[in-house]
Parts: sequence; structure tokens; C-alpha cells
Amino acid sequence: MKTSRLSLWIFLSPVLMWLVLLIVLPHLDLFIMSFRAKDEYGRMGFSLQNYVHFFEEPIYWLTFVRTAVYSVITTFFTFLLAMPVAFYIVKVVRPKYKGFLMVLLLLPFWVSELVRVYGWMILLRESGVVNFFLLKLGIVDAPLKMLYTDATMIMGLVYTSMLFMVVPVISVLESLDDSLIEAASDLGGSKISIWREIILPHCKPGITSGAIVVFMLSLGNYLTPNLMGGKNSLWFTEQIYNQFIASFNWNQGAAFGFLLLLLSSGIIWAGLKLSRVKLGEVAS
Amino acid sequence: MEIDLSVKNCVKSFGSFLAVDDVTFDVPQGSFFSILGPSGCGKTTLLRMVAGFEEPTSGTIMIRGRDMRGVLPNRRPANLVFQHLALFPMMTVAENIAFGLRRRKVAAPERKRRTEDILERVGLPGYGGKRVDQLSGGQKQRVAIARCLVLEPLVLLLDEPLGALDLKLREQMKVELKKLQAKVGTTFVYITHDQSEALVMSDVVAVMNKGRFEQMGSPQDLYHAPETPFVARFVGENNVWAGRVEKVGEVVAIKTDEGFVFSAKSQSPLTVGDRADLFLRPEAMRIEPREPAGLNTFSVSVRAILFDGAASRLLTATDSGHELMVALPQNRRFDHIAPGQTITVGWHPESGVCFPAVNPAAAADAGGARP
Ligand SMILES: Nc1ncnc2c1ncn2[C@@H]1O[C@H](COP(=O)(O)OP(=O)(O)O)[C@@H](O)[C@H]1O
Ligand SMILES: [Mg+2]
Repeated sequence: MKTSRLSLWIFLSPVLMWLVLLIVLPHLDLFIMSFRAKDEYGRMGFSLQNYVHFFEEPIYWLTFVRTAVYSVITTFFTFLLAMPVAFYIVKVVRPKYKGFLMVLLLLPFWVSELVRVYGWMILLRESGVVNFFLLKLGIVDAPLKMLYTDATMIMGLVYTSMLFMVVPVISVLESLDDSLIEAASDLGGSKISIWREIILPHCKPGITSGAIVVFMLSLGNYLTPNLMGGKNSLWFTEQIYNQFIASFNWNQGAAFGFLLLLLSSGIIWAGLKLSRVKLGEVAS
Repeated sequence: MEIDLSVKNCVKSFGSFLAVDDVTFDVPQGSFFSILGPSGCGKTTLLRMVAGFEEPTSGTIMIRGRDMRGVLPNRRPANLVFQHLALFPMMTVAENIAFGLRRRKVAAPERKRRTEDILERVGLPGYGGKRVDQLSGGQKQRVAIARCLVLEPLVLLLDEPLGALDLKLREQMKVELKKLQAKVGTTFVYITHDQSEALVMSDVVAVMNKGRFEQMGSPQDLYHAPETPFVARFVGENNVWAGRVEKVGEVVAIKTDEGFVFSAKSQSPLTVGDRADLFLRPEAMRIEPREPAGLNTFSVSVRAILFDGAASRLLTATDSGHELMVALPQNRRFDHIAPGQTITVGWHPESGVCFPAVNPAAAADAGGARP
């Protein structure tokens, strides 16, 4: 008993060290920092001012809400797209092409996000490839404004997140016995009812874990919203960046950081409650 | 009598491989029809065509006179009990059973009544609220059947539903399935590789081999009058002698390779000098017959007594070492027999069946009793 306890600690210690040194300590420091502000005499002291400031300035909390809503929308669209893709790879295509399709899914991740986003921009800008062909084919008269809109930004986010939804869904779909689908069909189930009552409930753990990852990644994404979103469509990470780097107000930035952490935890908690999945059941 | 299921010249090929090869049969309403064959012979493929998961390459499948070509599985009046049952693990027993009713837009109170009713009928009253993984193997079995029966299909298709159960439970479920079928009166089409299941439960059994039907008939017919060597090997236990035909006529005389001359009946025409196989049931051999006149008699030595209650047998061998199974009636007359003794056995020419010899490779494929 003693020795196994000891070996457990030996194995755990690198992980714990990593957690404490790199995650817990800096966050504690930021946490303390977020409650400190200069009073009217210019002295640093305990204060709730950073948080009050957030609620007083509409631009801050509007950006905050916007970021949350768009991340949820991104997660939803990613889910809509990932389900048929995963189903196709697992249940429809012949096994020997499965690996090939997985590599195709991975392919975009071999280039950095920055390059990917610039790739999109080359395609979508007003003098870009898509507009060029649309004009050439006479479908439109004037170039369409496709870049710097919210729709484009969501598209970019969905594209970036796809893999993180498809992979966990594939892993749960693989454990779905084909005969369950056939049995449902034999008992009179239509395609829609089979999806709703058999496939989706079976995939729930995979969808949940995929959704958590996609949501977190979108919420914390900086590049895509910044480069593809419109000039006046701010992402909350940009606000944090501005506080730290532009205004050099680390205390305000720390408060924003904590608000974002609270937000993501809150929405994920609500999502788990709604879908009635326990955190322990979420497939990895 | 009305025909519920009619299959005509049905063929299914996967590439160049013929999984089901020109199968024709009719199943009258309310009967228990079994398809018996070794695994890989195409039983599941045939059943899946009836259920609608595969389209026949050629031939027709009709249910109550309606051609099923192009009709999707969810529109066919036939339901399939899957080999591994395929109960929905995300639903309770009652939800599993009500699934089909919900799809048919049956109102909730009616649905509840019918679900409870069918659970009662399969002997699981009050199990509706249980989760599927709380059930034992036999109970899952019954839920899978109830889930189909509640839809009142014209034909219930069962794909080796007892395969996963242990022996004791299988024996019990055999009888229960038969009783259930008699009670509900639905036409059952049952496939199995276990000859005892087929013989015990069915009105009519079709023996299938390599995609073809070898013989179709009542269990008694198959057992007593096999038409092909495959059926003789596959259905029930048989002793086999290889030999050469010496005389043809009402009964044929066959000289076995070890030198016995036996008379027996023949299923297919034989000519003198042909090689032939002689099949004989263990229970056709009488130990120490009191009136040996007209019987084929010979002596064997007892190697072992295989006691198994009513199914007890003697493992015996002829002088040349050919092993034979002899039924050992448990009427205490033969209690004196001990391993090592030599006994006389005799059998009536009517009980032995001869077929032209098949080549050894085909015989091995048949996979039935001992060669
Ligand atoms: N979808 C398929 N593609 C190719 N071959 C198949 C397919 N389904 C079944 N087979 C082949 O058909 C033969 C019969 O299979 P099956 O009907 O499952 O046999 P059984 O149920 O009698 O064991 C097997 O040799 C199997 O490999
Ligand atoms: Mg099978």
C-alpha cells in the first residue's frame, strides 16, 4: 500500500509541478492583480474597480456577449458539418479509404493558422479569386464584399475547428453497431428518426467533448476573428490584448481574462446541464 | 392455405461469389419455417433480402402476394430479430418496444397498453422500466422478439436468435419460442446452424448448403429420409461407411471397404460397381438382436460407454478400427456391457441409406457428423 502510494506521487509529481508552476501560480498572480487598482492618490491597493469598469463600459460587455454568442454559433455549425462528415467516414466509405480521408481532414493543420487565414483572405477579398470568377462568369456585376463580415469570420472559425469535432465523433460512431441502425429502420424508423433517436444519443459523449474543445478554441481564438472579422466586430481576446499590450493596464487585462474564464466555464456548465451529460462521461 | 412468404428463384451474388443460389420456397400462414445450414452458407443473406436490407440479384420475394422489390425495410410487413439482437442501449425496455409503434404514430395510451400487453405475453410483465443492460441473455432475447411482435408483422424473421445463449437456456428458449409462436400465430422464418433447434421447433425445415437448398421437408422427413449425403451428414448423427455397390434392386447390396456386405435402401439410382456411402443412425443399430433374421449383423468391440441419460451411446469399433456410434437404450438390459467386450449389433435394411460417393473434399465441406 505504502509503496504504491509513493510511486503514485512519483509519477504524478511532474504533472503536478507543471500544473502548479505554469498554470496555477500565474493565474493566482493574475487573480490577485485583477483586484488591484490605483486609487485617486495613485497608490496601488485592493479594489473592485477593474470589474466595475467592465460593466460600466458597454463596448466591453457587448464584445463579451458577442464573443460568447458567436462562439456558440460556431460550435453549432461545426457540429452540423462534422456529423455527416464523420458518418460518411465511419459508416459509408470503404474501410481502405478511411485513413486517406482522415489525412485529408488533417491536411489544413500542416500549415499554420496565420497562413490558412491569409489563404482565405486571398480567396475572398474583393480582388480575390472567388470574386474574379464570379465576375468572369457574369454572375455578379460588382465584386461582392465577402471579407470582414461576421459570416466570413464564423466560416473561418468553423474551418479551423472542424477536426476537433470530427475526431471525437468518429471515435464514438465507430462503436455504434450497424445493426442498431438497421434494426431501427426495420422497425419503421425514417432517416430523421434514426438520426434523432439512435445516432445522436449514441454520439452524445463525443459531440459533447468536441463541442467543449471547439467552443474553448473559438472563444480563445485571436487570429481568425482579428483578421477576418470586420473593423467594428471585436472579439474579447482583442480587448484583453489591448489592455495588456496597448494600454499596458495589466490589472484591467487580468480582470478581463478572469471574466473570460468564468464565461467559458459557465457556458460549458450550462451546456452539460442542458444535454444531461456528466463531465466524467465525456469521451476523449 | 394462404402463403405469407413466397421466394422464387432468388439469387444473390457478391461480385462473382454466389451467396444465395436459386432458392425457391413458400411459407404458409402461421407456420414455423426454419432454414438450417452451416455458417457461411448464405442464411443471413437470404433473410436480409426478405427484410429488405439487400436486393436480390434476380428472383422475386413476395409477402402476402405483394412483390417486395424496391420496398424499403421500414415499409415491409416483415420484422427481423437480429443475430446480436440490436436492442437500443439508450432506451428502456418499454421504449425499445414502443419504438416501432411511435414511428407508426400510435397514440400514447394505446402504445402503453400494447407494450404492456406484449411484455406480458413474452413473460416479462413489469420489465418496461428496466434498462437493456439490466436484463439477462434470455430476457434480452424476449425483448427483441417482443419489439417485433408488437408491430404485428405478417412474417417474423429470426437470425440465429439463440446463438449467444448458454446451452441450458437455449434448450429452454427453444420450447418457449415454439410455444410463443403457437400462441401468437405469426409466421416465423427462423435460421440456425443448430440442427436440434430446427428439428425441435419447425413445421418445415429447409437444409441449405453453399447458397442452395438441398432438401425441404418436415423434421421427420429430413431425419428419416435424407435426399442428399449432405443432409444425411448434417441433420442428426450418422455413422458412415464407404464401399462399392454389389447389387441393385429393391434393396441394394453394398460391400464396405472393410469387407462387410450390407443390404440397404438407396435414395438415388446406383449402378453395380459404383462407389457409394452408406449412412446409418446410431439408434438404428440394435445391440444383441433377439431375432437376427433379415438384419445386417456384425460384431464390434466396445471402446467406451458415453453415458448421457436418454441420449447415451456406445463408442464401438469394428475389427479394422472403424469407429461407430451405437445408441444405448437406458432400460437396464445392457447394464452388463463394459468397455473391451465384443458385442453383436444388427440393423434393418430399411434404416440404412446409400448415396453415390462424393469426393472427400466435398464431404469435408459438408461439415456434418464424423466421416
Ligand atoms: N456484403 C457482402 N459482401 C461480400 N460477401 C458477403 C457479404 N455478405 C455476406 N457475404 C458472404 O456471403 C456468404 C454467406 O454469408 P451469410 O449469409 O452471412 O452466411 P450465414 O448467415 O449462413 O453464416 C459468406 O461467405 C460471406 O462472406
Ligand atoms: Mg449468419
